[in-house]
Amino acid sequence: MKELLIGKLNWQALPHEWFTLGGAAALLGLGLFLIILITRLKRWKWLWKEWLTTVDPKKIGIMYFIVAGFMLLRGGLDAIMIWLQQALSSGASHGYLSSDHFQQIFTAHGNIMVFFVAMGFVFGLINFIVPLQIGARDLASPFLNTLGFWLYVGGVLMVNMFFLLGGKYAATGWLAVAPLSSTQFSPGVGVDYMIWALQISGVGTTLGAINFIMTILKMRAPGMKLKHIPLFTWGSLCSMIMAVTVFPLLTATLFLLFLDRYAGMHFFTTTGGGNAMMYTNLIWMWGHPEVYVLILPSFGVFSEVVSVFSRKRISSYTSAVLGMIGVSTLALSVWLHHFFTMGAGADVNAFFGLMTMIIAVPTTVLVLTWIATLYKGRIRFTTPMLWFLGFVGTFAVGGMTGVILAQPPADFQLHNSLFLVAHFHTMVIGGVLWGIFAGLTYWFPKIAGFRLNERIGRYAFWCWLIGFWMAFGPLYILGLMGATRRLDHYTNSSWQPFFIVALLGGLVIMAGVVLQIVQIIASFMQRRQLADTTGDPWDGRTLEWSTPSPAPFYNFATIPKVATRDAFWEAKQLGLPERKYEDIHMPRNTASGIYIAALAFLAGFGFVWHITWLIVAAMLGIVVCVIARTFNEDTEYVLPAQEVEKLEHERAQKALARHQDIHTDTFEEMGLREFVRVAIKWVLDVIRNKRWRTL
Amino acid sequence: MADTMTTEMTHEEAANNRAMFGFWVYLMTDLLMFGVLFAVFAVLHNNTAGGSSGRELFKLKLALIETFLLLTSSFACGLAMIAARQGNKNQVLAWFTVTFVLGVAFLSLELTEFGQLIHDGNTPSSSAFLSSFFTLVGAHGLHITLGLLWMVIVMAYVLARGLSSSMVRKLTMLSLYWHFLDIVWIFIFTIVYLRAFI
Repeated sequence: MKELLIGKLNWQALPHEWFTLGGAAALLGLGLFLIILITRLKRWKWLWKEWLTTVDPKKIGIMYFIVAGFMLLRGGLDAIMIWLQQALSSGASHGYLSSDHFQQIFTAHGNIMVFFVAMGFVFGLINFIVPLQIGARDLASPFLNTLGFWLYVGGVLMVNMFFLLGGKYAATGWLAVAPLSSTQFSPGVGVDYMIWALQISGVGTTLGAINFIMTILKMRAPGMKLKHIPLFTWGSLCSMIMAVTVFPLLTATLFLLFLDRYAGMHFFTTTGGGNAMMYTNLIWMWGHPEVYVLILPSFGVFSEVVSVFSRKRISSYTSAVLGMIGVSTLALSVWLHHFFTMGAGADVNAFFGLMTMIIAVPTTVLVLTWIATLYKGRIRFTTPMLWFLGFVGTFAVGGMTGVILAQPPADFQLHNSLFLVAHFHTMVIGGVLWGIFAGLTYWFPKIAGFRLNERIGRYAFWCWLIGFWMAFGPLYILGLMGATRRLDHYTNSSWQPFFIVALLGGLVIMAGVVLQIVQIIASFMQRRQLADTTGDPWDGRTLEWSTPSPAPFYNFATIPKVATRDAFWEAKQLGLPERKYEDIHMPRNTASGIYIAALAFLAGFGFVWHITWLIVAAMLGIVVCVIARTFNEDTEYVLPAQEVEKLEHERAQKALARHQDIHTDTFEEMGLREFVRVAIKWVLDVIRNKRWRTL
Repeated sequence: MADTMTTEMTHEEAANNRAMFGFWVYLMTDLLMFGVLFAVFAVLHNNTAGGSSGRELFKLKLALIETFLLLTSSFACGLAMIAARQGNKNQVLAWFTVTFVLGVAFLSLELTEFGQLIHDGNTPSSSAFLSSFFTLVGAHGLHITLGLLWMVIVMAYVLARGLSSSMVRKLTMLSLYWHFLDIVWIFIFTIVYLRAFI
């Protein structure tokens, strides 16, 4: 009976170790805090109507940023814990973590950073920017977009569920390699949590990618040909085409792993004729292209940033586009370089080694295109530009170490060493993450209506750059000295100084993250002075800058007509066309996405704990929700032309008033000292006047 | 090209056009998932772990009957689509009913085969070969089941709301899906069943 009702759940599943207790307390505390805050502010209805059920890609983008930002802190904490353990655990000392716990931490760190930080930010940026860049009012399927977002949130919850129930995350490494991930070697629920976290969010990714491809290929402004679309949109298109190509492989592979674990099948097991290396092959067929799914939008961001802040067209649009297409095509045929040591034989290894080296060619073409854009440009050293410059140098090192690793004989030595760890962090932090930061800073005025504080932004950048090299430089050296990855303890005490430097570097990066949070708060405090009243703060080139900041929910009052690249730049030279208002079709908000994702989460939870009735009920619920959604034909409404005109008029007047309000000559951006002073004053004020009662 | 096309289309036509394109992309992702299952079957089909092989277990005649049932249902589905384009509601319903009945017949034969195998002790967990066989053919069967469910819903739809342009688009999607499953089955029939007897 108990088995029927709650499956394998039991009292032991409740948190009882310090880290699960801490995690559970943090999760529940955060949830409780939010509930009280929203109730106090009486914002539940607003939250539900304006945000949670929204289909506006801009709002969904912002929600992606928020969730991914929290996950960045969560994954970053894991990183600090890993560094701390490795700095302590030398010789006689065994550090502060058990090896089992240490394994769970690096597994969770990898899963969270790739699936819930990088993917979250990338999808957020694409959501917000792509429709604006191509002159569209919405995505092709607003419903699929909200569904994809909520499935992503379902994955986020699932990956953190072990804090509340089960007590253990997977201890298998972020890809759950077989046969380690089989029930024989990983009997707990950790691997199941991982499978369902990735499965739920992975389906969301596939749906989202289909949606973006439809949008970019079918919803561009009249006259905008493929050869005119901005480079961020090109990067996103290449990235999303790769995503629809490889995410089905991930879904299928994890499904097979699930069948092994749940139904006792023999795909990747050591018994019954299973083949564990097949898992490694399948998962890397997804896994390698995945890193390019992440980095292509960042390539797009850098292309925009370097061109705008050099006040020049990109030096060669064609080679940039061909570079992106080249990268995404070649990326599909390099996966075996992750396991040259499998023993596939010299010719197979040689093929994949060569393909891996060849992929450096289109990447180099891209880098040279950006550098050539700088040449004779009028460069402005804003923070997005700093992120770009930091990226170019860092990425070059990452690329060269990649070519070293691409050679099978060298790889046999460096395989699974810290050299490899340092290499891919160079690519993912220096390439993907800094690209995201550059993009977020660059587009922040469009997102929030005011620019970010440049001064504190510069401090944050330098912390990241210096911290990064302090943290990962030693890992390159340690790797060459023979240190393997995922060590919770080592006996060679001559390694310890390097690990300590790495930890210090990690702390410097953490300071950078804190400064970024300070940057956002400080900019918010000065939002009046930093306000972007023109909609075009950087003298931009692409269509998103032709809209007011923040962009209205219908994006464009008049859909622009496009005849060239850098459409907005051209329009500014030729004079902007007169506005003619028309009726606008807008999608209605829907809660179906939330319901379906919640049911998918419950089904996943049922699978983790073998609760059959929950699985059946949740699955049926999903079917019912989908049917109800397809029967609903009232999914759109029309915003009349007069209404658009009225809204535009009101907004223009407000912007004018605000514009006159700004005294740019006397305004100075807040520095750190000023921020601390104001912050302390505010806190004291809140305490003294008991302002929290009315908060 | 595409953009000039969409501007000349009405709002609804453009939406239908996008949805059809998106559905094609979805079908390709589904095809890739089947691709993985086929590849896995190809790798594992000899790993019988001392148990029976496909040659001993499969009944070729049964698979052939299944094939004809599914092919005929696809044909009926095609006729239904011709009727849909002509706006003939009753014929649409009639031909989809034929499609549905043939689909159910296919599914029940498949389930009978599975039931017989499991009854004889050849379960999905007996060997890697049987794991991959049940998963590949079962995944196709699951798709068929969802397709049948979809068909019922769509027929109820047609009955209630007639054949609007968005309705014809929904029917076109269903028929694409059904033909797609047909093609996948042809590969299953060849690679799983016929190959076992070479």
